[in-house]
Amino acid sequence: MKQMGFSAAIDDALGQAMADDDRILLFGEDVQGLHGELYVRFGSGRVRNTPISEAAFVGAAVGAAMAGLRPVVEVMLVDFTPVAADALINHAAKLDAFSGGRWQAPLVVRTTCGGGYGDGGQHEQSLWGWLAHIPGLSVVVPSTPAEAGGLFLGALGYEAPVVFMEHKLLSRQWLEFLGSGGRDTVHYDAPAAGQFGPVPQPWEPLPLGKALLRREGADLTICTLGVGVHRALEAAAVLEQQGVSAGVLDLRTVAPLDKTTVCEQVARTRRLLVVDEDYEACGLSGELAAVALEAGLSFRYGRVCTRATIPYNRKLEAETLPNVRRIVDECLKLMSPG
Amino acid sequence: MAPDLWSLYGVMYRSRTFEEAVRQIWKEGLISGEMHLGLGEEGIMAGILPQLVEGDALLLDHRGTAPLLMRGVDPAVLLREFMGLPEGLCHGMGGHMHLFAPEILAASSGIVGAAGPAAAGFALAAQTLRPGTIALAFFGDGATSQGMLMEAMNLAVVWNLPVMFVCKDNGMAITTPARTAVAGNLLLRAQAFGMKAFEVDGADVLAVWAATEQALRHVRTGGGPVFLWAHCIHLEGHFLGDGLLDIMRRPFYSLHKRILPMLGGLFTKGGAPLGVRLAALRQTTGLVSAAREQVLRERDPLRRARRSLAVEDPGRLAALEAGFQREIQSCVASVQQPAHGGA
Repeated sequence: MKQMGFSAAIDDALGQAMADDDRILLFGEDVQGLHGELYVRFGSGRVRNTPISEAAFVGAAVGAAMAGLRPVVEVMLVDFTPVAADALINHAAKLDAFSGGRWQAPLVVRTTCGGGYGDGGQHEQSLWGWLAHIPGLSVVVPSTPAEAGGLFLGALGYEAPVVFMEHKLLSRQWLEFLGSGGRDTVHYDAPAAGQFGPVPQPWEPLPLGKALLRREGADLTICTLGVGVHRALEAAAVLEQQGVSAGVLDLRTVAPLDKTTVCEQVARTRRLLVVDEDYEACGLSGELAAVALEAGLSFRYGRVCTRATIPYNRKLEAETLPNVRRIVDECLKLMSPG
Repeated sequence: MAPDLWSLYGVMYRSRTFEEAVRQIWKEGLISGEMHLGLGEEGIMAGILPQLVEGDALLLDHRGTAPLLMRGVDPAVLLREFMGLPEGLCHGMGGHMHLFAPEILAASSGIVGAAGPAAAGFALAAQTLRPGTIALAFFGDGATSQGMLMEAMNLAVVWNLPVMFVCKDNGMAITTPARTAVAGNLLLRAQAFGMKAFEVDGADVLAVWAATEQALRHVRTGGGPVFLWAHCIHLEGHFLGDGLLDIMRRPFYSLHKRILPMLGGLFTKGGAPLGVRLAALRQTTGLVSAAREQVLRERDPLRRARRSLAVEDPGRLAALEAGFQREIQSCVASVQQPAHGGA
């Protein structure tokens, strides 16, 4: 099977879709350089650099989608989407409802997210809970190259706006661009299985809203996504040594949320731990608890999330973001009697 | 007040020496993430900063090292912040893109254009709380494409706020050339808002000084906001490790990292006709040569100033430079010592 890096897989799937469908175009800050192969392959009409004007070019993507194109609009970091929040929250997300289902805006916002490479709290956020909070916005957070490419095709075929997130620790290109800058003197705790792996050729779309059980577990269910999947798998291996069987459920999409699979797993293990790199308050972790409670389940619950602005200091950063030790500790708490 | 090229050169040279030391420490991996230095902007900063008074506010972008240094912040405290140390300017919590010094009313942002609205707010406070003082917003040409900055200019004019908008124009928005990203002429754009606007060569520190002197007089006497458009270069591109400069500096390394994948796009089945693909490739080559303009030595503000000083008094120049070299070396040593001791 062909092997590919995370960002390369997305570009590859996007290239396949662009070759099949002339309505798809890519625009955003520096995309001609950041996605050089797509730029050369499709030319400057379909791969367009934008000014640093998130409000304008995301807003334009919404309009272009309404008018018949299938724009992929890249916002370099999800931390910059608040600059374009109006286009996403008040316009793209509302169109289907406001038009009584008569009009959709099928655009994909491609953006990077996540921390762990020392870039400070204005460049390392996740914000998927904040975006998924809005009815009408879908949010995808893949964890491997194969998922990334497949879900990207799924997002492209989706008849609604989708925010598609690339975690920077999973992307060698983004880590080099924003982290190492070509140095070999800096090191990041980046999960190898997420950075590089087997991919299908040709790409087939993966459906949005379907979670994937990465690891079976009898004692508890860890619900997570993105880099959290790899941290949770590592924690599950540690827990196994201590006689705890932890399952890992990769949500893959925050919205739509695969409530059915979440509830099936929680009903089985009676223990739910959410590992969420996004902020803890009013977010995905609380939502998952509510989903399981609404289903009438009785279970023990814990969460490992980001509670504060991500510190620039590397040690504090590592403690602020979910890490293997914090996950193991929380799982053991859930396993303790009482 | 007549500017003194010797003292302005000293201000620039100290900043240059410090930032070069920061670059080395970044290369050694002791600074994580991105690092945006002001190498090449010194002529603009040294032409403006020494003319400010207590109570003037600085709203900075992600490139705030030089202005903070020139405003009197201890370089060791800055360096510790860049290294994420608890003794840094913000206890290692912000890093170089998020530098905050409330005692001198200086605040930074990693969001392009954010300095504009913030400056309007600081200027409003200045009018009320510190009459005669002003707020300065520093940003690049790329930021002039941000709505928030344009809105802030409009607000500053209609409220007659004491803001000096300073555009440090290096002709590149990260890797996108300004000619493909910035519409019209920025001087005319500022004038269309009803602002007094100045255009100046940022490599000429005396010219920046002179324009700033006029601009500040206008703002401080209640004339409303001004716009200073200063052209400059960035000797290290957008940030350390800039890909376009890297292609020039390390062609072999860049070959497999950047160039071969692009060439792959020429032949992949499905896509644009070959002519369109070749045009895209040519445009990229053009980008690399645009990046080369960033490192043109004749546009370096320090070289420009040094040329006349070296003729005037080479001995004095050598002594001046040696003094700053010593200061920065001992600053770096003082910061690195405890780190090594603890390791």
